[in-house]
Amino acid sequence: MFDQVENYVTADGRTIGPVVMEMKNITLRFGGVEAIKDISFDIREGEIRAIIGPNGAGKSSMLNVISGFYVPQEGEVWYKGARRALMKPFQVAQQGIARTFQNIALFEGMSVLDNVMTGRLTHMKTGLFAQSLWKGKAEKEEIENREVAEKIIDFLEIQAIRKTPVARLPYGLKKRVELARALAAEPSLLLLDEPMAGMNVEEKEDMSRFILDVNDEFGTTIALIEHDMGVVMDLSDRVVVMDYGRRIGDGTPDEVRNNQEVIDAYLGVAHD
Amino acid sequence: MPEQLVYTFEVFLNGLMAGVLYALVALGFVLIYKASGIFNYAQGVMALFAAMTLVGIQNGQVPFAHLINAIFGTEIHHFGWHVHSIIAIALTVVVMIALAWAVQRFVFRHLVGQEPILLFMATIGLAYFMEGVADLMWGSDIKTLNVCAAEGTCLPQGMNVWFEGSTYEAWGTGVFVDNLDIVASIVAAVLVIGLVMFAQYTKQGRAMRAVADDHQAALSVGVSLNFIWVLVWSLAGFVALVAGIMWGAKSGVQFSLSLIALKALPVLMLGGFTSIPGAIIGGLIIGVGEKLFEFLIGAPYLGGATENWFAYMLALLFLVFRPQGLFGEKIIERV
Repeated sequence: MFDQVENYVTADGRTIGPVVMEMKNITLRFGGVEAIKDISFDIREGEIRAIIGPNGAGKSSMLNVISGFYVPQEGEVWYKGARRALMKPFQVAQQGIARTFQNIALFEGMSVLDNVMTGRLTHMKTGLFAQSLWKGKAEKEEIENREVAEKIIDFLEIQAIRKTPVARLPYGLKKRVELARALAAEPSLLLLDEPMAGMNVEEKEDMSRFILDVNDEFGTTIALIEHDMGVVMDLSDRVVVMDYGRRIGDGTPDEVRNNQEVIDAYLGVAHD
Repeated sequence: MPEQLVYTFEVFLNGLMAGVLYALVALGFVLIYKASGIFNYAQGVMALFAAMTLVGIQNGQVPFAHLINAIFGTEIHHFGWHVHSIIAIALTVVVMIALAWAVQRFVFRHLVGQEPILLFMATIGLAYFMEGVADLMWGSDIKTLNVCAAEGTCLPQGMNVWFEGSTYEAWGTGVFVDNLDIVASIVAAVLVIGLVMFAQYTKQGRAMRAVADDHQAALSVGVSLNFIWVLVWSLAGFVALVAGIMWGAKSGVQFSLSLIALKALPVLMLGGFTSIPGAIIGGLIIGVGEKLFEFLIGAPYLGGATENWFAYMLALLFLVFRPQGLFGEKIIERV
């Protein structure tokens, strides 16, 4: 186990911070099926952490545990040095964990700007009454948060579609808007569920660039799930590999690449 | 102006006003349906309940008086005071918010993720339950909703004159308009504009639209579904109160008030279940349509009483030719 507070230097010389999130012996069952079996790993501040594995390995389930959508039967989730109590997904979001979804969950009827603004909801504190009058504090708050939203829209290069209803956008752009919405929350941990699924090569390159830029520019800690091995190895600092709900590897991309069990899982050696 | 034309115009105006009231009830339906996918059959009863509570508070009636008297053998009916209309309305709003919370907490929180038909059944149950509670609380006799129940309890003077219920001749044309109808229309317009602005420009409104659009995504940006549902039910309760006041002032507070809920159904079929402007336009079309049809065709040729079925007929035609309504989201089946 890595030390809780110490910085950690990756193989390629990047220094990443102390542990933000730690999963301890997580087990998740759906009826009789064990989707996740006794998995432990941690996420460090400022790193890009990937969770990979073949179809049905339990990657998405893992992400849903982190974001509070699933509650594991066993194990502990530690966040910022404290054990996380049982909570609803919206409370997890309020703690600063933002996410995207594999099948894109945007507010289709709303404009891109409005979608990104919903990402700011956790930062807006004025009450119902002040908001209804829309004066003073509420107005100031709206303007401040709007500035942050606009900054992120600029950063992800979606200014041109700011006012477009999301439903009219092509798939690749929707993915980017979803990233913008998650980023607008200025999360201390950003979870990306297959950010490159269903994209062509060009779109994948764009998305990779944005993920790296986000990590670089804002220092955002990112945990992502991805199918595409090539992309993952280029992007991430550390990689967890899952297969059939078990953890079969954890380490730098190079370590993982040379791990026999990982190679077997991906090339399809018979399980016994 | 020729007499026939004047009458027709009066009927038209009359229909418009009736339409405003239909629209108010329909609006309550749309709010809840959009945010939670629940078709709230109890919306009409909520209007009744709100109006009865308002009258009860105004007149200083003791809630559950019959029950208390039956159990304790007492003879209490009234506290013996009158409450100022404004305060009574404020108190009724509080009651409606409490009701919204209770409905969410005790009924729909346990039914999250259930089939729509189950949720619908729950609202039918809720409707009968609330009707019973309203009866038990305030009694079943017809009450007159007077926005000026007793001396010194009135709305501000200007309003009062408006509410006298008198008609006046508009622009010297021979067309008579009911003052109450005009007030109702203005209030409805203000309410709708207010609601739309709330949904568009406030943080809670944005969260509300988010929940209406996608529950999972709303959760992921930190929106509490429960809070939004209580908020939406409260808003629907408030709209019900306004509708209740208008209908009550027009035709007395009585149990048939809950039947307007049924008239709101064709309104929704016309306007679409998810559109606020649709509810308004739909209400107006139904209101005007049924009044004009009765006046021009129904009464002279069909023996009258067409108002009872005209709205449903129109809704049926819409179902055949434009099932999503005038403004509803188009139903596209992706293959």
